[in-house]
Amino acid sequence: MSRSTIDIVNRNLAKRYAKEKRFRLFGLVSILAGLAALCFLMVTIVSTGWGAFTQSYIQLTLDLDPEVLSISDPQDDDQWSYANYTGVIKKSLRERFPDVTSRRDKKRLYRIVSPGAGYQVNQLMQDRSLLGQTVTVWLPADDDVDSVIKGHIDRSLPENERRVSDKKLSLIDELVNSGQLKRKFNNIFFTAGDSSEPEQAGIKGAMLGSFFTLIVALLLSFPIGVAAAIYLEEFAPKNAWTDFIEVNINNLAAVPSIVFGLLGLAVFLNWFGLPRSVPLVGGIVLTLMTLPTIIISSRVALKSVPPSIREAALGLGASKMQTIFDHVLPLALPGMLTGGIIGMAQALGETAPLLMIGMVAFIVDIPGSFTDPATVLPVQIFLWSDSPERAFVERTSGAIMVLLMFLILMNSIAVLLRKRFERRW
Amino acid sequence: MTTMTVDSNTSPQSSQEATQPVADISSNGLDSSRDYRQTVGKIEVANTKMSMRDVNVSYGDKQAVFGVDLDIAKNEVIAMIGPSGCGKSTFLRCMNRMNDTIEGCVVSGSLKLDDQDIYDPKLDVVPLRARVGMVFQKPNPFPKSIYDNVAYGPQIHGLANSKVELDEIVENSLRKAGLWNEAKDRLDQPGTGLSGGQQQRLCIARTIAVSPEVILMDEPCSALDPIATARIEELIDELSANFTIAIVTHSMQQAARVSHRTAYFHLGYLVEIGDTDDIFTNPKHRLTEDYITGRFG
Repeated sequence: MSRSTIDIVNRNLAKRYAKEKRFRLFGLVSILAGLAALCFLMVTIVSTGWGAFTQSYIQLTLDLDPEVLSISDPQDDDQWSYANYTGVIKKSLRERFPDVTSRRDKKRLYRIVSPGAGYQVNQLMQDRSLLGQTVTVWLPADDDVDSVIKGHIDRSLPENERRVSDKKLSLIDELVNSGQLKRKFNNIFFTAGDSSEPEQAGIKGAMLGSFFTLIVALLLSFPIGVAAAIYLEEFAPKNAWTDFIEVNINNLAAVPSIVFGLLGLAVFLNWFGLPRSVPLVGGIVLTLMTLPTIIISSRVALKSVPPSIREAALGLGASKMQTIFDHVLPLALPGMLTGGIIGMAQALGETAPLLMIGMVAFIVDIPGSFTDPATVLPVQIFLWSDSPERAFVERTSGAIMVLLMFLILMNSIAVLLRKRFERRW
Repeated sequence: MTTMTVDSNTSPQSSQEATQPVADISSNGLDSSRDYRQTVGKIEVANTKMSMRDVNVSYGDKQAVFGVDLDIAKNEVIAMIGPSGCGKSTFLRCMNRMNDTIEGCVVSGSLKLDDQDIYDPKLDVVPLRARVGMVFQKPNPFPKSIYDNVAYGPQIHGLANSKVELDEIVENSLRKAGLWNEAKDRLDQPGTGLSGGQQQRLCIARTIAVSPEVILMDEPCSALDPIATARIEELIDELSANFTIAIVTHSMQQAARVSHRTAYFHLGYLVEIGDTDDIFTNPKHRLTEDYITGRFG
């Protein structure tokens, strides 16, 4: 009897192991496919976006002549704000290239420096004692020049098919040879708001917009979500009503986010009359969107606390409130935080609902509060990806990289929290 | 014949008992002349601490306990034995209203603690549970330090006016639970880091820290090895000097060793009650005899 049993077992053994092997292989193949797709995405983004972190700068010697700046009275603040900062740059360029004489060529010459470079000179001259002195500064080059330096423009093409003329190329080469045109770390990308000039455009405005929006979303959604979860899980009677609520919460988690945007537009902007394009409203809309996620994950976290802990506390004569807040909640909190962070990461990457409430506007100023018009990182990416300039393409990818960094950071914190507070009982 | 099973969905706490179906007693060829629905033995005691009359418990439409009458004397140890699903744990959990936490659990009848009705709708369960403490089947220390585990009860009830007093309560409770020598150097370490037997003694210390009058023990040794079990049994013996103890157990040896009186439950009915010595040497009811001699159960 035992003889035949072992024979049957042995006969089937190979089949059983083969099955296991096949399953492992499938798993491995799907993981590899996923990794390959991820690698492809990262390589594309990083290879295009890498350039955004450097920018070509031109070294110029500026003569901060009050006459050129048209500042006759240094005490007059108006004169300082309306001073001709670009004039100083133009003068310096003319002096650097004395053989450029024709009006047309001069115009071309001026275009090698960013049209917004006057702003940098303005910033520099916040120190008013510089008036009348001569300074050597690095000013951002125009995006076409930048593209030449980064090798995005094919010099072998005939001149009329190229964005940059031969004349301009020779100017660029001369500056490179004299060491006055260099690629440097792109400060502007991290310290400026949006701009129509790619070399002057940065993500600081969008980052702060995202920051303010997320703060609002976090402050609203986490307490409300956790409170709702505690009530539903611990206090609410289990009846048709709570079932109905549960179904609806699960449903809300799957509603397309644009619908929340429309709701925000209808309720918060049109009815409550809150201002357009501000992080406050963005945060409220994202709260609506992330609440279901937080409620669901918090309920799961509460459910996972073993009933023996509740019994122990109740058996000692703790009230329901004491049982929940002294014992259940501390054990459920890591799970709740993880859910909250994942919800926030979701909110950070959300675009659609914010389009509806006007956070898609072109905003140059860096927001300083919850009610300043602002945009957010993913919307900034959306805006830039629409721009035709080569320099915006790399800035788009650069901004994606920054966004991904934040997402990775947040998700890592979620994993760390879970690991750190994981308890066995 | 009624084959009583407790619905495991409605009572997760008693699932251990519910998973095993109860044998149909007619197949055991038992003495049918004496109905197990009538309790054999004297239920009244002198110096009554708790008094239960006609207690019926049902989970939804499944009845788990049928008309049980039982008195518990002050400072006695009463053991409740019986096969799985016989309702002994359910009955025990009525005595400090832990069954309130189970949805669909309905208790009727009269349960009194010192002449006070436990199921009086006006009665607050918080002070009741401070008077009737409970030790569970699986050691369930809070995932906090040993000190905090014991100090929690006195803290929520405000039994200590100062840190010194609280320290004293913690030390005394741990001493009474026989855990002081093992735990005094690691009071700040998590209670979950102790061994199973130590954890159960910690749970006992936690329970006696609020100085209850009655301690209910629901199979306190079923998850422990024989040495830890012996330690707990010794402890029960020592505690009986100050506390009234009701213990549910699957081990008849344990019931014989620790208890003064023993109650035998069968299919939700209290079949026999009497002095432990009598029950184990001279059972009056056929079912009791079969159970204690190991013929079924």
